[in-house]
Amino acid sequence: MSKLVLLNVGPATSIQDGGRFGTQRYGLPPSGAMDRVSLAVANCLVGNSDDNAAIEVGPLGMTLMARDGAIRVALAGAARHADVAGNPLLLNQTVLIAEGETLKLGPARNGVFSYLAFEGGIGGEPIFGSLSVNARSGIGSPYPRPLGVGDEISVGNALLSPNERQLDIPEPAKGPIRVVMGPQEDEFDEARDLFLASDWVISATSDRMGYRLEGPKISHTKGHNIVSDGTVNGSIQVPGSGQPIVLMMDRGTTGGYPKIATVISADLGRFAQMPAGSKFRFAAISVTSAQDEAKKMSAAMLSLRGRIRIAGTSNLNLDGLQSANVAGAAVNAIDAMTWQDQRSD
Amino acid sequence: MTPVPPRILPSGDTALTVELGSTIDTDINRRVLSLDRAVAREKIAGIVETVPTYRSLLVHYDPLVIGFDAMSNKLLDLARMPVEAANAVRRWRIPVVYGGSFGIDLDDVARAHKITTDEVIARHTKNDYLVAMIGFTPGFAYLSGLDPSIATPRRESPRTETPAGTISIGGAQACVQCLAAPSGWHLLGRTPVRTFHPKREPVFLLEPGDQINFHAIVASEFEALDRAAERGEPVAELIAS
Repeated sequence: MSKLVLLNVGPATSIQDGGRFGTQRYGLPPSGAMDRVSLAVANCLVGNSDDNAAIEVGPLGMTLMARDGAIRVALAGAARHADVAGNPLLLNQTVLIAEGETLKLGPARNGVFSYLAFEGGIGGEPIFGSLSVNARSGIGSPYPRPLGVGDEISVGNALLSPNERQLDIPEPAKGPIRVVMGPQEDEFDEARDLFLASDWVISATSDRMGYRLEGPKISHTKGHNIVSDGTVNGSIQVPGSGQPIVLMMDRGTTGGYPKIATVISADLGRFAQMPAGSKFRFAAISVTSAQDEAKKMSAAMLSLRGRIRIAGTSNLNLDGLQSANVAGAAVNAIDAMTWQDQRSD
Repeated sequence: MTPVPPRILPSGDTALTVELGSTIDTDINRRVLSLDRAVAREKIAGIVETVPTYRSLLVHYDPLVIGFDAMSNKLLDLARMPVEAANAVRRWRIPVVYGGSFGIDLDDVARAHKITTDEVIARHTKNDYLVAMIGFTPGFAYLSGLDPSIATPRRESPRTETPAGTISIGGAQACVQCLAAPSGWHLLGRTPVRTFHPKREPVFLLEPGDQINFHAIVASEFEALDRAAERGEPVAELIAS
């Protein structure tokens, strides 16, 4: 395997994948990427499965060097300056980093987290099927903590491909963050309307456990303590201060504050990408509509691979290219233009 | 008392809560644990994982496999079935060093109830407890079965950090805590047992529904047991399963 060495790392940067399942009944949260769609984009560009482990790059960026061989990476998620040995790397595109070359990632411009995926994946020892770091519990691999300067990570060797790949990813939807009301909606009266009608601002004290919101005080009708019950990614709990907290991937698995609503799964990545100071509103939709949105998001993620094209070309269908090659027909990059994906976006 | 009918509460589009009550109550908790076992046995397609708590069962599911209404109906059917006792209950004996630097609130708890510290220890070690739920942090087991005569309201100001292995009580609740964490409960002692150890198989020692009791050990025994636990030995003794 090749290796990457971290020369410089900003805070809140860690290895994350699709998260772990089955451990919440023991108090261990799922962890995993804050923005699952961007994780999938980065992974499928380098030929990994959607939920493979990648580096979740925090708001300030990082610098790394390739050692013991070349590595191929793809960057997705929050836009930021990126260059390899001085040559710019575009978002949603792969690049080869030759041995000894340096990849520099600057601060996030729009958003919070970017995902850096590696061809051949990241080496580590999964726990409950996942390399994801949960710093508070001291788990994750290869390091059970956020990444630091001097860390070395084993990654796959770059394949000998002359071409880089890219994906056109539409700007994420604007508009309110959609929620399903409940489970403890009945702990709130008119505060429910205030919750939906007000502007909210993401607080600077937010992290992978939860995003704190600043806005009008949301009052409880029966006090702010309930007998603890389970939480989910996107649970919006309201503590005694009346300032809601949206629970994220490293949340406590149970909590004793009433939960007024839950961010829908299709909007959680977009929400996670809102930097401190962002202003937004919530909008309530039905569970059924939220599940329709989950299906749409899943279909969009399934369509990613078919939309990959060779960097610098238009709409080349690599799946078509690959299946033709698998079938024994030699297809060169120019012929492959005829294998265009007819699906419209 | 007639049990309240189960309620389904949506927790977003990928989970729902089956609420069986709103209080800490052994009967409600037994219904939750019984429902959890029934759900595991039925192997309903689309269920990702379940989280039993004192008074509800959170069910994480995949909306691409099953929708909210269908899932709700299946779970309501199971929740209306009579409570079944578990087939085999595991019982654990957990060693605890009480008082001193291991349990800095033992004296205060004794004073609050006008009894000796030995009497607090006797009452804390006398009963079998049920692991009602595990949550908050990995391996943090909430126990029911605390002798009501030593129930003590939580501290007015929570501590920002309490040590790994803390054995504490808060109100009518008792707990085994694995990792260092903030707490407003009263610290009676510490156990060398790791209920969560990422490098041990099994990673988690306790399951919701297990029974445990505590026994006092002396401070000089702690260090050796602590090292054994760090190496991956359970240290807690399994007396029946």
